[in-house]
Amino acid sequence: MINITNEFPPRLSTLKPAPILPESERKGLTKKETAADHPTWCPGCGDFSVLALYFKLIEKRAIWHEKITTVAGIGCSSRFPYFVQGHGVHFIHGRALPFATGLSLTRPDLHVFVFGGDGDAFSIGGNHLTHAARKNIKMTYVIMDNQVYGLTKKQTSPTSPLGFKSKTDMWGAIDHPINPVKQLVSAGATFIARTTSTNPKHVLEMMEAAMDHDGFSVIQCLSECVEFFEGAFDSANPRKGGAFTEVPADHDKTDEFAAYKLAAEPFPGKFGIHYQVQRETKNKLEADITGKAREKFKGLEDWQILQRNFDRMK
Amino acid sequence: MSDSTVASASSVPQPKFSKISEAVIRIAGNSQDGIQAIGGFLARLAGRSEQEVMTFMTIPSTISGGASIFQVRIGTGEVLSSGDDADVLLAFYQESYRNHLSSLRKGGIVLFDSDHVEPDPSKSSEFHHVGVPITSLTVEAIGGTARDKGKNIYALGLIARMFDLNLAKLEKLISERFAGKDESVTKNALSAFHAGYAYNVSGLVETFQFTDSSKRAGHQVVMNGNEALAYGLIAAGVRFGAGYPITPWSDIMELLRRELPKYGGMFIQCEDEIASISMAIGASYSGRVAVTGSSGPGISLKTEALGWAVMAEIPLIVVDVQRGGPSTGMPTNVEQSDLNIACFGGHGDSPRVVIAPSNVEDCFYVAIEAVNIARKYSVPVVLVTDQAIATRIEAFEEPDLKKLCQDLAPDLSPVQEFKPYDLQAPDGITRHLAPGTRIASGKYPIVTGLEHDELGHPTSSPKLHQQMTDKRRNKLKALAAEWTTPKVYGPPEGDVLLVGWGSSQGPLREAVEKARAAGDSYSSLHIRLLNPLPNGLEDIFAGYNHVFVVELNDQGLYGYGQLAGILRARYCDPKIRGINKSDGLTWKVKEILQRVKEQLTTLKQKN
Repeated sequence: MINITNEFPPRLSTLKPAPILPESERKGLTKKETAADHPTWCPGCGDFSVLALYFKLIEKRAIWHEKITTVAGIGCSSRFPYFVQGHGVHFIHGRALPFATGLSLTRPDLHVFVFGGDGDAFSIGGNHLTHAARKNIKMTYVIMDNQVYGLTKKQTSPTSPLGFKSKTDMWGAIDHPINPVKQLVSAGATFIARTTSTNPKHVLEMMEAAMDHDGFSVIQCLSECVEFFEGAFDSANPRKGGAFTEVPADHDKTDEFAAYKLAAEPFPGKFGIHYQVQRETKNKLEADITGKAREKFKGLEDWQILQRNFDRMK
Repeated sequence: MSDSTVASASSVPQPKFSKISEAVIRIAGNSQDGIQAIGGFLARLAGRSEQEVMTFMTIPSTISGGASIFQVRIGTGEVLSSGDDADVLLAFYQESYRNHLSSLRKGGIVLFDSDHVEPDPSKSSEFHHVGVPITSLTVEAIGGTARDKGKNIYALGLIARMFDLNLAKLEKLISERFAGKDESVTKNALSAFHAGYAYNVSGLVETFQFTDSSKRAGHQVVMNGNEALAYGLIAAGVRFGAGYPITPWSDIMELLRRELPKYGGMFIQCEDEIASISMAIGASYSGRVAVTGSSGPGISLKTEALGWAVMAEIPLIVVDVQRGGPSTGMPTNVEQSDLNIACFGGHGDSPRVVIAPSNVEDCFYVAIEAVNIARKYSVPVVLVTDQAIATRIEAFEEPDLKKLCQDLAPDLSPVQEFKPYDLQAPDGITRHLAPGTRIASGKYPIVTGLEHDELGHPTSSPKLHQQMTDKRRNKLKALAAEWTTPKVYGPPEGDVLLVGWGSSQGPLREAVEKARAAGDSYSSLHIRLLNPLPNGLEDIFAGYNHVFVVELNDQGLYGYGQLAGILRARYCDPKIRGINKSDGLTWKVKEILQRVKEQLTTLKQKN
């Protein structure tokens, strides 16, 4: 009846086992061990800084090599996983979040990091951002926002400011840009932060806070495309005559109206955690459903549980 | 019917029974009348009586209202299809009477609700008419003002009397069905059933008794194809699924959502079809084969991600419960028009596995096979079923669950080194390594949709693109070689070979039986593995003068259906021809035979 049975080894015989190292014998990773391919980004690209800080985060938080899981969609920034020595996924355009959701829900032992750009997050993958936020899936999503489509060489992006001249808006962009923080607040994200690649210390701080958040944590990181939107974020860079202003100390992070108001400030706005609340993650809610169901069938093997259903269908 | 018991308390005189080996009963009414429930009871009863059973139903694609039918074929011999013509038609309304009288065989019995149906006097010589005021008698039996509630159960009582069905077993089924509801519900149902059973239908019409079943002893289970498929996935060890609602796939999604938590798994309802397949791939990546599924339009949306799974070599199950297409098409009707998208849907060369179950029982086993193929060859498997197989109920021998249930917990023990796309692997077969696995060499894999080297890093090397393309193709060739060549139904040589796939296996076999009984030399071949095709089919085709591929899809611009087109391209054999239809209904045996005869006549004239 069954042509292909279960009788084959789960792993190929060419795969040689390695010893299980006790944690005491393991050392944290250095940047050298964490770095993989040399990035394909243009010299001066803001994404280099984000990558360097991800390495720093891994080192600082002593994440074991095999636990590094980096997921990305498509875009310049989404090349990220190739540059990280760890389990990596380069998925299709806009769908990194649902992929990462499948991973996060089934593997509570891993903290999933997703990296991507503004096109991935707000345009082709916009619907997924909304639903990952409302479902509060445990993971960290770093959106490297350069306000332009860089990989395809300068088309208007969903966050391009009005008047931005691109190959698809030669007269200047006419579509109202998406405000990432407003979008995320209304979608129900539980952690929303803004940072900029030109402030490494702040990027790392936000990454750490995001990683520690039990839920869907999103960082909008301004990351300049020197090739197609040079100078876009000078106004946020003190070295270029701009100002890096942090979220005021008296800002109530749990007040969504305050977050919305803060997000409405003219560009470059404020940097830091705009919004953070605790809400049960889908990971936990699903685990609760599973736990309750398992309780009822305690001590039974899977086939015996299935047998009960079949007995009712006789 | 040795184990049947006539109600001893009944005052009805002992009727005379004619012995029959099978019967086709068509129940016609509206979608909210509970006619599926009558069919379900009859099917389950047959299952418990070691009889064979097959059902067929149509439902309107509206929430409430609209004509609906349920046909049950019960027999003590082998039941291969839901039957061409009904022996008994139960008509609840004038339009059910009008529209379905033609599906009744000449001399058949039409049992109608005389409260709603005015029979056509011109038809009285063709069919036995039996009018019973079902609606008013039901109200009388259970009281109250409940409009038409319970008349389906009343009608079940009439049928039970007419076919001398096992009263005790039916009572038990009714009680089981309403268990958990208010006691009065069961009481009312049983009252309606007893009232129907006590009605003197035997005084009005011939009554029947099934001959004793010759089936081997053993337990049968009764379910529809969607249920069998979903339980098959659970047995196979699938513990994660993701989907979006669409008819007729939704039943599988709902069942898995309800059942998977019992096994420590979960099923996630997603925001759209693309998210569903992406999430399932993400779960598969995490180490255990996951499932997504859909029907027609949803499958179109999934194809980009499906192509990624081919490229990245991640195992995955995609269920396609086919319905009438293209576009929104005919959501509650059957069609086999998704074979091309299942085999070729998507951009680029993306070889994947396509497999189709041949009946309800096979839905259970095919699910296990699909999961094992996906794991063994690290490839997505599209499991193509259809609306007819999804909704029809069959009884089949209970599977040995203890033996069949699989544990697919991922192996996370450390390895020395790992190449996700090792070009030295025999037949190109590599396996996915779950994240969380330590790799001592410190070189970690990337799974990707970009063309890549052995570690998954991007490449634009012409040589590597060729080698990786070969790898993805060659592993499916290895599967084709491993797969057992399907067996011919009937003699290995003859005049005509009928080739089919999916839900039409039964009607084709019945057509072969009928043709052979009439002295024609017919055989049939059913193909379950559709991509890659199993080896050895050309040797089978060589034994016949004509090969007709019978499919529920259009003959296309060149006169062949989708499987016929693939077979012609594969074997370059001009004797492969198509027999196709697109009426949204399953094949009737007589239709197949008639179409073959027509083709043979045309061919003879040409020669």
